[in-house]
Amino acid sequence: MTDLLQQSWAWYVAGPLIGLTVPALLLIGNKALGISSSLRHVCAACLPAGIPFLTYDWRKESWNLWFVLGIGIGGFIGYQVMGHPDTIAISAETVRDLKTQMGLTDFSGLLPKELFALENLANWKGWVFMVLGGFLVGFGTRYAGGCTSGHAISGLSNLQWVSLVAVIGFFAGGLLLTWVIYPLLF
Amino acid sequence: MKNIKYLALGVLFGIILTKSEVISWFRIQEMFRFQALHMYGVIGSAIVVGLVSIQLIKRNRLKTINGEEIVLADKKYTHGTWIGGIIFGLGWALTGACPGPLFAQLGSGVAAAAVMILAALAGTWTYSALREKLPM
Repeated sequence: MTDLLQQSWAWYVAGPLIGLTVPALLLIGNKALGISSSLRHVCAACLPAGIPFLTYDWRKESWNLWFVLGIGIGGFIGYQVMGHPDTIAISAETVRDLKTQMGLTDFSGLLPKELFALENLANWKGWVFMVLGGFLVGFGTRYAGGCTSGHAISGLSNLQWVSLVAVIGFFAGGLLLTWVIYPLLF
Repeated sequence: MKNIKYLALGVLFGIILTKSEVISWFRIQEMFRFQALHMYGVIGSAIVVGLVSIQLIKRNRLKTINGEEIVLADKKYTHGTWIGGIIFGLGWALTGACPGPLFAQLGSGVAAAAVMILAALAGTWTYSALREKLPM
């Protein structure tokens, strides 16, 4: 039983469960799955600064903030309470490439400490990976009108061609970074 | 406390994201390098199940638990759909996380997630301030 809780879940278990979140949100409250909007609501609540795009009644969308709070609690339960493997079992090819191309040596945890330990904020790596990366996530998702949940899962489930354009953009950006920009950085 | 149901669903969603390791930077790199099926399987099967569910809801005209008509809004195209999409894609490959996983990472105890969420808030705020000047 401990093993079952601790081990990672296969894609064919997790994927359908994530998919079921779409009808679950519709049935319990007519809500479309989407997470990046929560970032806008937080901005509207904390620092609207007279910006028209941030001047609206964010309280009406507070369900989204509760959902996101839940995700944080779920992260704690799923990782700390249920337990987790020390190292994520990614493919041997990826390990090899990350070692040879990016010089990573520590593959424990969810993220490579060599890039994401807070001490890295003292050099370019922390600023590029955490600060610039996070900034692009927040800027890009709002500009695109959604993220992986709102466009890829919720949008494509509802056959929105706009979401297909967005998802192609997501992958274009990700592939450009992985295949062109990473080799320039390292 | 009408929001408790969203909190509860969020907890389940966060557990699924965490247990399937889609909140890991390593998994996102594996995806962008086409070296495993895992991420494609998760996203693909989620879409299939979502699609079938929405069709069932539409065809049977299911209502919400409060008896309301279920409304599915259409997404509107702007140039931001692809420009913003690419910008997010760059951030996705750097952070190894989209917004949902960032919150799950924070809960799992990754300190860097706090920095990335603050940076994402700054990004969203900057977009909001510049919105009128950007191609739409």
